[in-house]
This record gives sequence, C-alpha cells and structure tokens, in this order.
Amino acid sequence: MKIEGQVRIPSGCAIAAVISKEGKKMSGKRIIDAMIPMHDRSNGLGGGFAAYGIYPEYREFYALHMFFDSRAIRKECEVLLKERFEIVKSEIIPTRTIPQITDEPIIWRYFVAPLQSQLAAMQLDEKEFVARIVMKINAEMKGAYVFSSGKNMGTFKAVGFPEDVGVFYRLDEYEGYAWTAHGRYPTNTPGWWGGAHPFTLLDWSIVHNGEISSYDANRRFIEMFGYQCTLQTDTEVIIYIMDYLLRVQGLTLGEAASVIAAPFWSTIADKTDLKDRQKHQYLRTVFPSLLVTGPFSIVLGFHGGLMALNDRLKLRSMVVGEKDDKVYIASEEAAIRAMEPDAENIWAPAGGEPVIIKVKDGAY
Amino acid sequence: MLFNGKEQDYRALNEALRKTQEDCLITGCCGQRFIAAGMSRQNITIEGVPGNALGAYLNGADITVYANAQDAVGDTMNGGRIVIHGDIGDAAGYAMRGGKIFVKGNAGYRAGIHMKAYQDKAPVMVIGGTAGSFLGEYQAGGTIVVLGLAAENRKIVGFFPCTGMHGGKMFLRSACEDIKFPSQVTARPAEKTDLEEIKGYVDEYCALFGCHADEILDAPFTVVTPDSKNPYHQMYVAN
Amino acid sequence: MHMELIYPEFEVVRNQDRCIVCRVCEKQCANEVHSFCAEKGVMLANESKCVNCHRCVAVCPTRALKIVKSDCTMRENANWKSDTVNEIYKQANSGGVLLSSMGNPNPLPVYWDKILINASQVTNPPIDPLREPMETRVFLGKKPEKIARDEAGDIKCELPPQIELSMPVMFSAMSYGSISYNAHAALARAATELGILYNTGEGGLHQDFYVYGDNTVVQVASGRFGVYEDYLKAGAAIEIKMGQGAKPGIGGHLPGTKIVGDVSRTRMIPEGSDAISPAPHHDIYSIEDLRQLVFSLKEATEYQKPVIVKVAAVHNIAAIASGIARSGADIIAIDGFRGGTGAAPTRIRDNVGIPIELALAAVDQRLRDEGIRNQVSLIAGGSIRSAADVVKAIALGADACYIATAALLALGCHLCRTCQSGKCNWGIATQRPELVKRLDPEVGSRRLVNLMQAWQHEIKELMGGMGINSIEALRGNRLMLRGIGLTDKELEILGISHAGE
Repeated sequence: MKIEGQVRIPSGCAIAAVISKEGKKMSGKRIIDAMIPMHDRSNGLGGGFAAYGIYPEYREFYALHMFFDSRAIRKECEVLLKERFEIVKSEIIPTRTIPQITDEPIIWRYFVAPLQSQLAAMQLDEKEFVARIVMKINAEMKGAYVFSSGKNMGTFKAVGFPEDVGVFYRLDEYEGYAWTAHGRYPTNTPGWWGGAHPFTLLDWSIVHNGEISSYDANRRFIEMFGYQCTLQTDTEVIIYIMDYLLRVQGLTLGEAASVIAAPFWSTIADKTDLKDRQKHQYLRTVFPSLLVTGPFSIVLGFHGGLMALNDRLKLRSMVVGEKDDKVYIASEEAAIRAMEPDAENIWAPAGGEPVIIKVKDGAY
Repeated sequence: MLFNGKEQDYRALNEALRKTQEDCLITGCCGQRFIAAGMSRQNITIEGVPGNALGAYLNGADITVYANAQDAVGDTMNGGRIVIHGDIGDAAGYAMRGGKIFVKGNAGYRAGIHMKAYQDKAPVMVIGGTAGSFLGEYQAGGTIVVLGLAAENRKIVGFFPCTGMHGGKMFLRSACEDIKFPSQVTARPAEKTDLEEIKGYVDEYCALFGCHADEILDAPFTVVTPDSKNPYHQMYVAN
Repeated sequence: MHMELIYPEFEVVRNQDRCIVCRVCEKQCANEVHSFCAEKGVMLANESKCVNCHRCVAVCPTRALKIVKSDCTMRENANWKSDTVNEIYKQANSGGVLLSSMGNPNPLPVYWDKILINASQVTNPPIDPLREPMETRVFLGKKPEKIARDEAGDIKCELPPQIELSMPVMFSAMSYGSISYNAHAALARAATELGILYNTGEGGLHQDFYVYGDNTVVQVASGRFGVYEDYLKAGAAIEIKMGQGAKPGIGGHLPGTKIVGDVSRTRMIPEGSDAISPAPHHDIYSIEDLRQLVFSLKEATEYQKPVIVKVAAVHNIAAIASGIARSGADIIAIDGFRGGTGAAPTRIRDNVGIPIELALAAVDQRLRDEGIRNQVSLIAGGSIRSAADVVKAIALGADACYIATAALLALGCHLCRTCQSGKCNWGIATQRPELVKRLDPEVGSRRLVNLMQAWQHEIKELMGGMGINSIEALRGNRLMLRGIGLTDKELEILGISHAGE
C-alpha cells in the first residue's frame, strides 16, 4: 500500500478551533469535546490537534515532535540533530494506552536551538535553517518524520478518531491559549500517522477540510522556491504557500487570503474602492499559480493568533462564535456548542473572507 | 413525548421519533443529523442545534427549532414546515418541491438551490435576515422571500444570486441597487399586486416570530423572475 | 451561404426497380428524409436529414433501400479528419457546444478484447452446464465483518439489506424522458421475469411501474427529480448518481420540449420547463458529505434499502471508491468512459474518464489492499457488450455488470447516435406518441429476456470450461485471465499475466 507522499490521497474532514484573545490558557479538554458531535465527519483514519502556548518553559526553543519506526532510526536521526542543533531536552511524548489507538510508532520530542556555527556557515536565517532540516529529514530519512517544529507550540496526531487521539496524547494535561483540531476522512488508509493533520511548518499549523482541485498547479509553482511537497496532501501545499506569502513575501494575512481565495474578476471589477480594486487586481496577476480552487475551509494557526478562511465559492461550511475572551471556529455549530453552550454571535464567514483573531500583544 | 438529545445518537433518536405519532420535544440537541428525515406526521420541537440534513425528504411534519440550524435543512423536502428561530447554514431547501421553510435570521450560501414547484406543490422559503451568495441557483419553481430585517449594512444577498434560475419567483426586500443579477432573469421593483402574492407568507412569518407584516411590506421590494423556462437551449449544436 | 453547407454523411440508395412507391419509408422516417414526387411518381430523399438509423431499410417491403456512407470527401488529411473539419463548420455556423449521443465511438483501446479466458484441460475437469448444476445467483450488499451470536449461541442471521440477482447483470440507469415509456415498460417487465433489476435513472418512477418495485433501482441524482418518500421506498435499492461514464464531471439537461405529459408528472416538474441536473449534488462537496447523503437516504427508508453510489471512472477512481466504501454505501457502481448517454457534450464524452477495465481492476485491488472489499459490492458498467465481457469483468473483481447500450440494441436501437434529437424512429429515445408506439413493450421485453438468457447460458459455458460451477468462484479470480498484446504497465494495472506466462 502506498502512503502519503507516494500517492495523492484526497480526504474530507472536520475542523474546530478555539483561541483566547486575552491569552488565557485552556486545557485540551474543550477542543476534544468539540470533535464528538462531528464524529461522522471523520472515519477513524486520522485525528490531530495543534496547541499554542503549551511549552512556556522552553519558549525560546524549537519543539520537534517526531515519529520513528524503530529505535535504530531514532538513534540515526539524533546523530543528525546533534550536528545541527543544541538539544536542551529530549523525551518520549507521554501517552495513554487506550484500545481505540493502536500500532503507535515511537513518539519523541526534542527542544532544540540551531547551532550558531551552522547558521553562520550556511548563511541562513534561523527559521529557514530549521525549515530546511525538517524537510531534509522528512524527505530523506526513511522511518523518521518530524510532525511539529514550532516554538512554544506543538501538534499531536495519530490514526484514529480525533476525540480518541486527544485522550491518547493526554491533551487534558496541556494548557494553551489556542487550539485547533482535525478529524480526517481520507479516501484510503495506509494507516500512517504522519498523514494525519494538522500539518505544520515552524509555527504555522493548518487544519483543513476539503479537496482542492488546483493542487498540482500550486505544488509545481511552490516547489520552485525550495519547498518539497513530500506528502502530496492539500494541507501541505497550503502551508507552504502561506509560509511563502507571509514569511518570504511579507504579505499580511488578509493579503495572503486574497491570493489563495482571490475574488472573481467580476467581483474585483465591481469594487468601488479604487485602491482596493487595484490591490486585488495586482495580487491576482502576480500570483495566479497560488489561487487555490475547489472546496476548502482552513484554520491557520500561528504565534499569537488564528486565521480561518473558506474557498471563494464557500463549498465547505464553517461557523464562528464568541464568548467573553474566546473565539470559536468549527465546521459545524454543534461543535462550538459542545465547547461553549452559550456561545454568542454565531456567524458563517463568506467565501474568501478571512477571519483573523489575534491574541493581545504581550499575552502570549 | 420528550427526548433528551444529549443521550442519543441520530439513529436512535430517529427510530424513537418514528415509533410515536405524538408531538415530540427534543431537548439538548447538539449536532444530531437527519432529524425527521422522510417523516410525514407529528410536530417536532427542537431545543439546541440540530445537525445537518434536518428534515431531509420531509413529507408533512412540522418542525420548530429554537436555535440556529446547520447545513442542508429541508433537503429534497416534499411537504411540511420547518421553522428556525435563528440562522440557517448552507444549501437550505436544496431541491425542495413542497412545504415551507421559515428562517428568523440569516441564510448561508445557496439557499433555495434548485427549488422546484409542481402542480399543487409550491415550496416557499422566507428568510428574515439576509442570504448568502448563490441564492436561488437553478431555481425552477416556488417562492423565495428575503426580508433583510436587521441587516444593518449588509447586502440583502451576496454574490451571484439566481444563476441558472429558470422558474419560480424571488422577492427581495430591497431596491437591490447594489445587486448584480444574471442576464437571463428580470429584476424589477415590486408593485402592490406582487406583494399581495407574498402577504400570506409574511403574515405567517410575523405570527411565528412576532413582528408586523404591514411595516415589513411598507418598503421597496424587488421581484426577480426568469426570462425563460429553457435558458440553455441555444447553447448546443447536434453533432 | 455556401460556407454553411456540410455535405450529407450518408447516401440513400434506392433501387428504383424494386421500389413500389408504397411510401412506407416516408411514413416511418421522423427525420423526413423521404418524400414522394407526384410529378415524376417516384420517391425522393433529402439525405442531409438522414441519421442512418436503418428504420426505412428495415421496413421497406421490397428491400429497395440501403444507406451507405457518402464518398463525397474532402482531400484526405490524417490530422484534419473530415469529422474534425465538419465539427468546426458546425460550430462556426451555430456558436454551439457540440452535442452527441451514445458512447464514445473513437478507436481507443478496448481492453476486453485484449483479455483471454482460461479453460480446464487435464489437470481439472471442465463442467457441462447443460447437465450439471451451475450457479449464477449473486447477492449485492455489505457483508458483516464478524459473526454475531445470540444468548443461545445461535448465529444472528440478520444481514444488511441485499439485492438478489439471478445472474450478475442489471439494466443500468436510463431515465424516463431520455427514453420512452414503452422502453421503460420493456425493461421493467424483463427485469422482473429474469429476476434481475432495472434502473429508473434520474427521471423518477412512473406510477404504472411501481408494481415492478422489487426489481427496480430508484436513482437519486443532483436534480432530485421525482424524489420523494414513496419513490425512495418503492425500489429494491437506491442509487446515488454522482457521475456517468459518458460525461464525468458535468450535469444533465433534458430540454423542456421533452418534459411533456407523463414525463413531467413523473419528474414532478412543470411541462416545458428544462430539467437541469447540476454537475454536483449541491449537498456533496466533500467525501464526508457523501456519507451524509447516504445516511439521510438510509434514515428516510429505515435502513431497509441498500444504497448504491454510482461514479464515473476517472483518474483517481481507486481512492474515490475507497472513500465511498467508507461512507456507508453498500454497493459501488463504476461507469467507464465508453458508457452510453442520451446526450452529452462531444468533447466531454470523447475526452474525459478512463476505461472500465482499468478502473475496475484498480478499485478491486485497492479495496482488497485495504481489507474492505467485503464491505461493499462492485458493479462495472460502461460498454459491456457480451457474455464474455461479463465473465472478464467478474474475474477482474466485479460482483455484477450494468448494461444499457446492449439492452437498447435488443429493443431495436441501431446506434445512429442521435438520441438528443428526440426523433428516434425505433420508439426508444423519444417522447412522440406516434414513435413511442412503434416499440411494443411485450416484444421488447421478450427480446430482452432472450438476450439475457442467451448471455446467462454463455456465462455458464465459459464458467464450466474453467471448471467453475458458481459465479462466486469466478469473482476476482484473475488467474483465469491472460492479456494479449498488452504492455507491462497495462498488465500490472489489470493484475493479470500475459498469455503464455
């Protein structure tokens, strides 16, 4: 059987997210609850979570979460890590043994900082350096896979239903200011843990619902800039696009949303704000190969915030709600109600309309 | 008869609903799908958010929801009534052929898509707030009314309304100066006689949600009708 | 304008010595090719209207007529073939999208013809189906993963709903509207007599045919025409039509001119109104939404009916089928790119999709790799032309086959490929009463039964030759197949060895 990377595996899904604008910490319990009423949107072949603010004591270090097929490959990989990084802590990620989750690989995490000598020699900035090593391991080291690589954040994913994955990883014991969750409905199952979502690169994480039709146009474009789409999944290509637009090109979140979910030309032509019209025209003309078509709803996680976005035709459902300092996002309102029964201002963002929520400065 | 939605999955819940002829109340509903699918009798009241495909293939039952509803409400509905005391998700009333859907608040994308009328069956959808893009796409019959109450600055309907419309009528409580309609429909200001057609529906809306029909009807409306029952017949050449 | 002339494709050759000017050809041609010249007392032909349906040829009492391909050709050009040139003329004349009927006629590979079937010699005995039991009965539907027992230790024998077929062939979806009442009547009666199923297509179920419900698959397509509670409960199974081999990825469009009388009543839409089927189901934009539609249908029918999901064979068909299998569907029907249609844009029909043989082999293998093949049954369609095609499909892994073009041929279709005109002289693809009545449902039904019985016998003979006496033992038995003249890649996808290996 071919796994993600050897073959393209379309999948549908459920997503949910919560963030505190005040930066208040929440345990993972709440986001696990969100996935229960959306059980039917997954099929037990993948579930996962991303959490921000969970490693305050190691906030200056990149937290590498890794799957290994064997002890030997872990040892081999650690040799490579030691050549490039200072490792301040390495440990097994604690899990619970539950009957719903089986066949786990070796799951390990490392808190690391790039060696300055390496950075200087390669003339790279720190993030680029880390990103390249993550891609090198994932592309070249068979049996080792980095599934999380940001600072003060982490993803947790497995083959199983998301609510079980949350229990497995003891997420009730973590405290974060923002959480995203994903239940996967892939159209086949190699049963590979790395194929579950969220997908991450550095601090970016994406949970995604839908199957994009522009995949290979996007992939072949973004691979010109050093990204390697080793998994052949939509989520992977979207996160590289976001990394490219936000980090490399320096676009704002809203501008990046206008690239990947660009308005129709007729909608742009009808815009009465001339500057706005010019900007949209410009972005569509400059990045035509980064327009993402087909159904998607995504939640992009980053340091201090979340962005939710639907495709421009809004072919997937997504609702947003609020209560006090919290903002909730999910594929179905029922998931929001499961997190916060008294959620207010429930609304469904229009296609291509980004919802950006940021934690107030200094609170994360 | 009372059901606690918290304790039942959709299959058990629907099985219980089918077993009784009595009026039913479902409390604590949270995401259970397909409630009342294909059912013909009963009054069903729901507290909490029902899941997708509420009242799919509904054939006569009367459903009231005291919350928002999710996607695909009244999918392929044939008769009955669905009343939502809140907003409604995407693709509401897809291919509905009969019955009525009343939404107090706003509708998502693609409301009333492929709605169709047949003989004595004339489906009606009344949306109290605003509607998302692609309202009445492929509409082939029936009546869609959007009132735009409490719309504030939002447009009464999003982008691309009435694409492929080839039957039925749409009433939008707005002069629609900011709305672009496709070329195969005619949008014109409603006259008094037009509004008489929908007075009954607006009355019913007001009785359900407590407002005044006269005040609502005392505003500019736009009526949209298709120019042709056969919008695409020029498009093909036999080969 | 001289530029608009497209020289007639066919020539009507009338043997004046034989012609008795009975004018039957004139009466029988809905295309109005034939006319009587009173002045000269002879029959004339307007060949530009001829579609080569052979109706006049068949009804001429003196065999005075034949239709031949015109030899008036443009200068030969292997790149710009005359069809290609004429298509450009038609589009330049009209500005229209080219519309065609029936299956892809182009010379693309037919893998059935490059697969050979095995027979027993010496090492095990062939079986004689005329004198020994030979079983072709199949049950389609989900099979339980595990045996369950009650308190007494007895096996619980409740099964998920199944379809029972006397032989592994069904008549596939053709809507009332695209074909006539009499054609549907013939299909329904034949299916009932044969113990197989026919399929309503997306045009609803005529009131007269509810009595054949046990032998009917009711279809739910994106237009949801005629879909309501009674309809869903009327059939033996419900089919969700996601796609069609002849036109993957696009919807349907039955023009208002065909929405008359009973067609309007059955579709439950007003007379004269176009019946537009959107390209997608607008409640299915993702795989988890399919699960939603599958289960909404199961809820509405109280889990009594198996749900078939029909898809066109496209590039990613194996992954798609896997997703369908996991969505609660009981049966997957795959329609290959040579499948027929009442009308499809030529460019779609001739360029989109993949052959059923490759799709079927890939899907069956994928479902086995994933260990879920038993959770779902597979139906293969898209130009199954003979009992040999059926046997090859079963051996590749299908549980049953869908046939439609073959059934229409049995009803008199001559494959003139102009169904979209609505002027079918054989009374099949038309709603004109005077044409419909040319097809006698009794005769049609008899001919369908004949065809299927003949195929059943041939299937048994082929099975017997292999020493197989039950169709189950043939399903997925790819060792019984060998390829001839196929590349390694083709053999790999088909999962068969080359002849001689």
